[in-house]
Order: sequence, then structure tokens, then C-alpha cells
Amino acid sequence: MSGPQTLAEHAGVLRTKMGAAFPGNRAVFRGHDLHRELKDLDWLSLCAFGIFGRHVPREQIQLMSSAWVYSSYPDARLWNNRVAALAGSTRSTPNLAISAAQAISEATIFGRGNEFRALDFFLKTQQALDAGASLPDYLENFLRSGGRLAGYGRPISTSDERMPLTLGLAEKLGLTDGPYLKLAFDIDRYFESTGRPLRMNLSSLLSAFAADFGWTTREFNMQLFCAFLAGMYPCYLEAADKPPGATFPTPCVDVVYEGAPARDWPAR
Amino acid sequence: MSGSPLHTRIWREEAEPDNAFATRTARCHGYDVYGQMLGQARWADMVWLLFKGEAPTRAEATMLDTLAVALANPGPRDPMVHAAMCGGVGGSPAAASLMAALAVGAGQSGGARDVYLCLRHWAQCSDTAESTWAQALTQTGQPTWLAPDDAGWPAIEHPAGFDPHGVRTATIVQQTLATLASMSPGPRLPWMVTQREALEQAAGLPLAMTGVAAAALADLGFNAQQGEMLFLLLRLPGAAAHALEQADYGFKRFPYPQVDLLDDPLNKHQEATA
Repeated sequence: MSGPQTLAEHAGVLRTKMGAAFPGNRAVFRGHDLHRELKDLDWLSLCAFGIFGRHVPREQIQLMSSAWVYSSYPDARLWNNRVAALAGSTRSTPNLAISAAQAISEATIFGRGNEFRALDFFLKTQQALDAGASLPDYLENFLRSGGRLAGYGRPISTSDERMPLTLGLAEKLGLTDGPYLKLAFDIDRYFESTGRPLRMNLSSLLSAFAADFGWTTREFNMQLFCAFLAGMYPCYLEAADKPPGATFPTPCVDVVYEGAPARDWPAR
Repeated sequence: MSGSPLHTRIWREEAEPDNAFATRTARCHGYDVYGQMLGQARWADMVWLLFKGEAPTRAEATMLDTLAVALANPGPRDPMVHAAMCGGVGGSPAAASLMAALAVGAGQSGGARDVYLCLRHWAQCSDTAESTWAQALTQTGQPTWLAPDDAGWPAIEHPAGFDPHGVRTATIVQQTLATLASMSPGPRLPWMVTQREALEQAAGLPLAMTGVAAAALADLGFNAQQGEMLFLLLRLPGAAAHALEQADYGFKRFPYPQVDLLDDPLNKHQEATA
């Protein structure tokens, strides 16, 4: 780091290659005039252009957005959706509800954190295999050293109903020949052969596709932002239309207390 | 009882006899909050009790209170407060301003993640000689494998708890360190007072407020997860106050800096036609 000079150079001005709005005139988006050169892009393609700085092939976007369709369950019991529903129940605003539910989706055992680690794992594993490691040795060593595998196993269910749909579409789109998809299945088969309850789920499948598409963990993390979004809106709406507080109401008796017994506050 | 109840070791409520959803008594770790604590306990007592399950001593509560004052307002130049002001200036809901402050203030450059990483380093020091602490505290290495709570975070750019753009330890950081060290049970803050210059030399950077906060939280017995949460929480008052103030000032008295667009299609077009 180079001291306060670095900050001083950036003070009072936004120096950017990403774009700017000139209200009433034009807007620039990553070096292109938004209303002339990019106006015909659909919204997801523009999001991808914003993330990658290049036009992402349509079939890659289609695969990921279809996976979001398959992952958008309007079930208010799911933890992220539950936040949207609870916000509806307390009569908070839709935007606050969805923003908070989206923030919750950056979890470690599902969602954004899970995919991030799965992609990181595939990239590092492939490097190790390229350097001569054997997959069984590598996986066993990973687990022995305390590694926690992302994208294999599922907190609520052992199978993943979204897998065949995603794979079917990927095949149709010609996206199933990549080395990381093969690696993901090799890992799945290895765990199956050892009897471990670590079967591949949609997170690892999408992460394998992301690796095959050449996406970085950060790009993948950002591109997957919409994954659960569509299912959140109905959860908010229904809760907002029920009587206030009537979504997940909890009577006192439904809280199991497991702490210290009753005692007196120390006098000071 | 429902087949899928909530579980807690923190909070016990007894219902009113005529309403299972209304509270007659509420106990926090066994203490009657509304019957006994209210009017006697300080805010710091309650926060401490919630996190640790026991009432603090007077000295512990005083030190937590002091830390809370030090962290309450990083000021409007801080990105976290600036983010909250963006909510205030545009008339966003109050919660949006605080959510913005939390998201920005969560970061690992001057934010709660900085404190979390620093506390992880302190945890590594728990059974080691003081002579090894500086090395542990100034590490910047990336983990070989991402632990679950590492996912999503950008690469570490500087040792946690140090100011990446600093020249020397800011006066307010020194004042906070001296005050907290004078009331700390130790051993980290008193060590930091005596070893600060050597520590900064090892890091190549001056100590930041996050580094002092992390050492204080560690001396008070908070772990990394608790420290991260508390740091987020304790910095919210300033964010809230500045968001409200900015709403009063309006958008005409909020910076909207000039832009230097480095990749302007208009320039490319002019160059092509020149």
C-alpha cells in the first residue's frame, strides 16, 4: 500500500471505465452507449455484460436462468423465503423484504456461499489432478484435513429434483462436454462408491458448468444473484395479505428453553 | 407444543394466562428482564448478558460501554456511514439506511470482517508465547481451502486490523488503545500498548481502529463471530444519525463528484472520425 497518496488521487472524482449517467442526454455502460448499442439486450444479458464486460453466450445465460426457474420455490418455510414472508407479516416494504431475503441467500450451506466454494474447489482440484494427483487420494486427503465439501449433499433432502432438468437442458444446448462437468460426476461417483451421503446437488452442477464456461468465483457469485428471487415475491405477498403477525406465529409454549434456571439479577 | 419448536438457551417467556402469544414474564439467561433488570441494568449489561449468558462485572460492563462509545460513529467519511447517508438523502426507509450501513460496514477493509479476521488471529495466539503474537497478527495468507465462512469474501489485501493507507497510528486510535488498555483485564491490549511500534513495523502498516477493537473484544472474551456481530451493531448509531441528518440537509448538500469517464464511446467515435 502506498499511504494516503492513493486516497488523495481518488478524492473528489470518480475515475471509471464502467460507465456514467448524463441525465437528459445519454448513459454509458462499460464503454457502450446504453440507449444505442445495448438497448436491445434482454435484462439478463445486460446483467451478464455488466459482470463479465463481454457478451456472454446466450446458451450459458439460458442454462443458468433456467436453473433459477427450477430453484424458485415459493415455499415460505425456506429460510431465505421465510425472511420475505416475515417482512410481509410485519407489514414491512416489499423492497426491504426481498433485499433481506436475497442477503440471506448468501449462505454457507446453500446459495451463494455454497456455489462460490464449489467452484473454488473444482478449480483447485483440477489443478491438483493436472499436477498428477489421483482423485481418490485427493478427496480423502481433503476430507481428512477438515475440508468441508460444498455442492455435495443437501441440508433438507438427499436427492435433487432439479438435476435431471438442468442436465437435459444443458445437453440440448450443447454444454455437457466440458472437463469440469466430468470432474463433478467423477467426484459424485467416488462418494457413491464409498457409501458417503455426499451426492451431487444443483450447486455443484452449476459450479461445474461455471468452471467449464471459464467464470471466476466472483463472476459466478454475481451472476447467480437472481437464483431464488422469483419464489420470494409470493411468500411476501401471501404473508402481507394474511392478518398481521399470522405467518409463523409462535406461542410461548413453542419455544423450548434450554438455558440457565431462573435467578436474581445481582444488586450493584 | 408444535412438532417443530424453536430452541433457545437465551430467552424464556411465560405466556399470559389468557393469551399464548402475550408475554407475562421474560427471562434472559434466567434473569427477569422486565421484573428485575429494567431500571437497574445498563445497556452494556444487557448486551453482555445476551452474548455471554452471564451478567458482566462492573468493570467488564464499563469497558464494553467505553468500546461502544469509541465505535459509535466512524463519521460521515467512513464508507459505512456514507452508505447510510445515501439512504437518508433519497428518502429510503430507515431500515434501508441501516441495511446499507451493515452491508458496507461488513467489509474486510475497515469493517466487521476485518475485526473477525483479527479475532481469528488472536484465537491462534491463545496458547502461544507472546513473542509469536506479532507474526500471527500480521499474517495475510489466503487459506488453501475456503472454509464455509470464507466463501464470497474478496482476497485479503492487508493484515487485518491495520490501516492500509496509514502513515502512522492515528491519534484517535492511540487514544482508544490507551483508554481501553487501562481498563482491560489483558493480556492483549496491554501487550499492544508496549509492542505497538514493533507490531506496526512487522505489518508495515499502522494499527487501525479495527485492530484495537478486536484486541478489546478478545480481552473481554468474545470470539470472532461474536466480535463481528458486536462491531456491526456498535457502529450503527452514527450511521443512523447521519442518515437522518442527511435527509434534513437534502440532496443539494450531498456530494455528487465529477466523473472522469475513461472508456467513453463518444471519444472513440470522435477519434474514429478525426
